[in-house]
Amino acid sequence: MNSELNRMTIAEARDGLARRDFSALELTRACLDQIKLVDPKINAFITVCAREALEQAAAADRQIAAGDASALSGIPLAIKDIYATRGVRTTCASKMLENFVPPFDATVIGKLRAAGAVFIGKANMDEFAMGSSTENSAFGATRNPHNMERVPGGSSGGSAAAVAADECLGALGTDTGGSIRLPAAFCGVAGIKPTYSRVSRYGVIAYASSLDQVGPFAKTVRDAAILLGALAGHDPHDSTCSARPVPDYEAALNGDLRGMRIGVPKEYFVAGIDPEVERAVRDALATYERLGARTVEISLPHTEFATAAYYIVATAEASANLSRYDGIRYGLRVTADNTGELYNRTRAAGFGAEVKRRIMLGTFVLSAGYYDAYYLKGQKVRTLIRRDFERAFEQCDVIATPVAPTTAFKIGEKMADPLQMYLSDIFTISVNLAGLPGLSLPCGFDREGLPIGLQLIGAPFAEETILRAGDAFERAGVVKRRAAIL
Amino acid sequence: MSADAYEAIIGLEVHTHLMTRSKLFCGCSASFGAGPNENVCPVCMGMPGVLPVLNRHAVELAIRAGLATHCEIAPRSVFDRKSYFYPDLPKGYQISQYELPLCKGGYIELPAHSDGAEPRRIRLTRIHMEEDAGKNIHESDASLVDFNRSGVPLVEIVSEPDLRSAGEAGAYLRELRSILRYIEATDGKMEEGGLRCDVNVSVRKKGAAEFGVKTEIKNLNSFRFVEKAIEHEVSRQIELLEAGGRVAQETHLWDPVREQTRPMRSKEFANDYRYFPEPDLPPLSVTPDLIEAIKTAMPELPADQRARFVRELGLTAYEAGVLTQDREVAAYFETMLAAGLKNHRTAANWVMTEVLRVVNDTGQPLADAAPLAIESGELLKLVETGAISLNAAKTAFAAMCKSGQGAETTVTALGLAQVSDEGAIVAACDRVIAAEAAKVAEYRAGRDKLFGFFVGLVMKAMGGKANPKVVNEILKRRLAA
Repeated sequence: MNSELNRMTIAEARDGLARRDFSALELTRACLDQIKLVDPKINAFITVCAREALEQAAAADRQIAAGDASALSGIPLAIKDIYATRGVRTTCASKMLENFVPPFDATVIGKLRAAGAVFIGKANMDEFAMGSSTENSAFGATRNPHNMERVPGGSSGGSAAAVAADECLGALGTDTGGSIRLPAAFCGVAGIKPTYSRVSRYGVIAYASSLDQVGPFAKTVRDAAILLGALAGHDPHDSTCSARPVPDYEAALNGDLRGMRIGVPKEYFVAGIDPEVERAVRDALATYERLGARTVEISLPHTEFATAAYYIVATAEASANLSRYDGIRYGLRVTADNTGELYNRTRAAGFGAEVKRRIMLGTFVLSAGYYDAYYLKGQKVRTLIRRDFERAFEQCDVIATPVAPTTAFKIGEKMADPLQMYLSDIFTISVNLAGLPGLSLPCGFDREGLPIGLQLIGAPFAEETILRAGDAFERAGVVKRRAAIL
Repeated sequence: MSADAYEAIIGLEVHTHLMTRSKLFCGCSASFGAGPNENVCPVCMGMPGVLPVLNRHAVELAIRAGLATHCEIAPRSVFDRKSYFYPDLPKGYQISQYELPLCKGGYIELPAHSDGAEPRRIRLTRIHMEEDAGKNIHESDASLVDFNRSGVPLVEIVSEPDLRSAGEAGAYLRELRSILRYIEATDGKMEEGGLRCDVNVSVRKKGAAEFGVKTEIKNLNSFRFVEKAIEHEVSRQIELLEAGGRVAQETHLWDPVREQTRPMRSKEFANDYRYFPEPDLPPLSVTPDLIEAIKTAMPELPADQRARFVRELGLTAYEAGVLTQDREVAAYFETMLAAGLKNHRTAANWVMTEVLRVVNDTGQPLADAAPLAIESGELLKLVETGAISLNAAKTAFAAMCKSGQGAETTVTALGLAQVSDEGAIVAACDRVIAAEAAKVAEYRAGRDKLFGFFVGLVMKAMGGKANPKVVNEILKRRLAA
């Protein structure tokens, strides 16, 4: 029995814990055992927090015994190593922060603690969340649990792989241009990027502040809804965080799709998309029609400019956000005779190639004489893309697209060609630019058994709608959850 | 051609701390005097993942500063990131305002000067909010950084190039400081970096339409240095031009020891701050209601108080100007009048000479250096009623500054009260008349000038305490008899 506990969904474990079928300690031990068994191969974790996790689990058991269990009491979660965790080192997968131990918790970490969650470890990622494959990590690449030669997607690849490999029941990721949805698709799990401002960013190490958003990974859409409910809500420490009340996301999963209009953007089914991916997504749309929804063709005419706009806006913000890693107050310091040289050496040694590339890009687009041509134009494109979606949502309730043009690619395949790597995100980036919620869920497998992801995009704060649509698809049972091959 | 053929064109950028309890973007104390790095938290240390939250009180103080200088308050303003690397700047960027500042336009009216110069209106370009940086401390074996000041709220007040001399720049700064103190936006203490100034200076031939090439002098932290630096820079530029040279557009630093400016090395200033809107802060919206509420709560401004002093109290523009340079001084003056003084100008001059002298001499704040204003008022009231002479009042004032005792008590203790008792004065007059029979005869024969001689003798006989007015009357009467 214990060896199977880690395979449970959060909803199942929650019920089992409530019925005292097993304890939180047993559940946490099962996850730690699985980590011991499979993580040497997958490398989903940068830091495993066994001692702290067992303490948290014991505390959860006491809570449950006392009859005051919270929403996530005893549920073991993996935390992307981008979240500040008090007393536990937080590296952002960078040499720069290899030994950085934050003196404070990110707001969502505090919320999850209060909800009784168990933090099993800090998950691997692309350095400073810059990448689509989790290969840009100072702590080695993470491997896709479905195929060890393949990437798990990025940047939250460790979180997605940990969930797919049953090393935990759910995980936290962040999504700036697809960093939750792409790894969810590549690893065959559910992941949601909420509306920008729905979840606090305080304590989440910033990559691109106007695009970054917190979100969960889970084995099912229902579990993702449960986690999102625990994460969302106003935070006085984040001025960009919405004060809108948080609905009961789980209660919205009523399976009723009658009358729902699903928009299918013609710009997302063009040359370059893997035919197996297209077929799986078209099949999913057919399933939706069987479930009572209606599909309508829509147009998002500025889609082709999204990637360019993203790499201007995101890198501009990143160039400033990463200025604080200067070797003065914390993190890596490479000493030198003078301050200027100390900066140069520290940053040269501390940052990886992709991070340096993006800092240079961002510095360039903000430079005097280039600002109007790049940054300002990028922001204008962003407005046009947002308007595209506003118009589209006059015709439909949900937009369905593939998450990525392909399934998981081979490790090393795109490392030499950043532009090819950037194209992995062409279907996810617009959602960040427009600040919309996007859900990624499995909708099939290719011939090699690699998962294919379906993306459901909602209007601002329409998380309930896309979760309901995703959950209904899952419950239709067309796609069976496949255990990772380990 | 002489230096008189040129005029200076000067613009000032003044940075001053806003008097808030907490910092601009976090809850840390904004006060000074704590040990190094005691008033810090993850936010003002620029830790990974932290976010700024704007201090509402700081915004209100900045709006007050804008309204007090007749600025337009932007309904929507934007914070920007200004990027540069420096060890005292924890995030590698300063949160400031660039394209859309909180306050635009406006002006400051310079008060009339003792030399009779007309009041001048100096236009403001803008006032914007920003955060301060920490402080580098260089020791023999290490450089250290104290982040207590990091994130303390500042306003930067930028003037148009409307100033024409070092003296005018000084007057502008004094008036600006006075306004900011009146509205309690700042305490204006220079020694704590409470007021720092960058100066833009150019010169041109009088009557020329175009400005000359300007230089910028950075980081002046006293009014005296601002004036000295401008004087130095203006003559340097004129000498350069007279010698057939050209002024280079450069940034200078003021060397307070050698009292001259020197060009900064190019490495000492960044030239591209890569400003862009701060994505962690939504645009700042200011409602008309908030502006109205701040206007309603605004105290009387120095210019209004000056006008009132002239209009209602009959002071000269110069007197009103001196009194309103400092809110405490003006308040002292008004409290004195509350003793029921009729001669307002005597009271004004009393403050300008006696009161400001002890402040200057002791170097202490007004409240510590001078007696209570109401006691100063009572003292002058005694002069007005003739109970003491003005000289006696000065003696009493000096004693009161040291003892802290009241006017009446001091005057009595020092025996300064004038004798107005007719009997005693009549007796003294009669004794003098009897003793100086020859002179009296001369006086009665028409030598009017001797009158003062008799007054002197009577006063001497009375130990200097006789009321001169009464002595005059009685003497005249007795001599005529």
